[in-house]
Amino acid sequence: MNLVLVEHTEGAPTDVSLQALALAAGLGGETHALLIGPGAVEAAATVPVAVAHVAEHPSLQAFAPDAWASIICTLAERLGASAVIAPGSGPATDAMARAAVRLGEPLAANVTAITPGSPLLLTRVRWGGSLLEEARLHSGRALLTVAPHSVAALAPAAPGSVETLTPELADADLVVQVRDRVAPPAGGVSLADAKVVVTGGRGVGSAEGFAPVEELAALLGGAVGCSRAVTMSGWRPHTDQVGQTGNKIAPDIYIACGVSGATQHIAGTKGAKRILAVNTDPEAPIMSVADYAVIGDLHEVLPAVSAELRRRRG
Amino acid sequence: MKVLVCVKRVPMTGGRIVLTHDEQAIETKHLGFAVSPHEECGEEEAVRLVEANGGESVVLTLGVAEAEEQLRDAMAIGVDRGIHLVTDGEEWDPEATAGAIVEAIRADESASGPFDLIFLGNESADSGGYQVGLRVASALGRPCATGIKALSVEGGSVRCEQEFGGGRDVYELPLPAVVTVLEGLNLPRYPSVPGRMRAGKKPLERTEPARPASRLERARLVVPAGEAKQAAVLGHGADAAAAVVDLLEQIGVAS
Repeated sequence: MNLVLVEHTEGAPTDVSLQALALAAGLGGETHALLIGPGAVEAAATVPVAVAHVAEHPSLQAFAPDAWASIICTLAERLGASAVIAPGSGPATDAMARAAVRLGEPLAANVTAITPGSPLLLTRVRWGGSLLEEARLHSGRALLTVAPHSVAALAPAAPGSVETLTPELADADLVVQVRDRVAPPAGGVSLADAKVVVTGGRGVGSAEGFAPVEELAALLGGAVGCSRAVTMSGWRPHTDQVGQTGNKIAPDIYIACGVSGATQHIAGTKGAKRILAVNTDPEAPIMSVADYAVIGDLHEVLPAVSAELRRRRG
Repeated sequence: MKVLVCVKRVPMTGGRIVLTHDEQAIETKHLGFAVSPHEECGEEEAVRLVEANGGESVVLTLGVAEAEEQLRDAMAIGVDRGIHLVTDGEEWDPEATAGAIVEAIRADESASGPFDLIFLGNESADSGGYQVGLRVASALGRPCATGIKALSVEGGSVRCEQEFGGGRDVYELPLPAVVTVLEGLNLPRYPSVPGRMRAGKKPLERTEPARPASRLERARLVVPAGEAKQAAVLGHGADAAAAVVDLLEQIGVAS
């Protein structure tokens, strides 16, 4: 049987957790789920598994990765789970890596496909999705995280049953725990949620050169992004960076201006529905992933586009 | 304070990844190398902490002989000395990597005292295992926070901030601790010419650990198919503005 760590928010399983459940279904056998923390009971009602286990403990109000690892290990051993699978989010990956250490097993992170057997054959993400690895996992108990958005999610549905467990936690399991939460900055459209993202790359030339990028983004109610070259030059803060080591975006249209299109950058744009590249170089790598292109200097193109938008709005 | 930063030499892949004929590695004949982006911030943070508090910063890598280049780069921005675990070019999996790093840390600590902080990247740019830092921390019995984008040392503890849903989660770890960091932690400095001159003379210790068999065994690498697109050219220069706005209207984002 397979055990899946299900993350939840506002009383419902997360999308990436439902994707992890879909990958687990491919292993065959019965699947159980584990939910931890506030809201777990409510969320468990829509997790489509044979048994949803809910861990309740007064010390689990805030995320504590070692405590989560302890619960994962105890339940996996009690159930005799042959595979333990989690969504490839930051907190779940953190807890799974700690569980792998406790169980003395390898962990395969960001898996996109599996073929049951011994060894288990799997495909996993490298280079933020720019490269895939096919691998054989030799382990007594397969521990995997699932790369977000690589598998179609299962539809939420009621579990066969819900069981509550009260974990025994050691003081050491609560040394690393979220002590405080700083709220997101108010106002503005976040890069992750924006329907339009206008990004400037090295071709913008300077911090001041972002004015036309900001103007177009504001007109479209979108967010401003930048490439790593821009961040490293100190022209924009890292919070604006799009790429493998920055923000992952999923807008209706991504307008990439003066961005060459290095694999590091493209790894953050795979969720974009359409890409429009504005670049002086028709041979730039960005052109091989773009749907539309304007060949020209962004400092001429963007002000003209903003002016045309204003003209049509009257 | 004594701070260690662990780094990994990776190719700078540029626009398109090309594999070797045996599909076991990236063809790097025409590529430069750097450390994973997160780790550059780890190096910068180690140097800043020692500048502010005194002590010693150390950089460690597990990698081929040529990875000395990355260790010297770190020393050029101010890291005091290096530890090079020299490999023959075969890839080490996360368990093996962590094992070798732990052994090197134990040897260094028994000779010159404990590290207050150990930085690693949250994940390497290339293999992306997301676990070496946690494995190192666990073997050493030290607390570990992952994916950290801001940190400050306050007395005997380190305050760490992790991005969560647009906001930040805050951890406070007692020292000594292990922290895996993300790019954005700081803006790494560029090495100066005198920094580069000094780097060549800083102490570098080399050992050659033996690689255990991998339990996550790579079969082959695959470049994802992805549709090779032919971008539709909407126009040239400012004359393209009308066509661009037509497109924005068509997909419903113009108003």
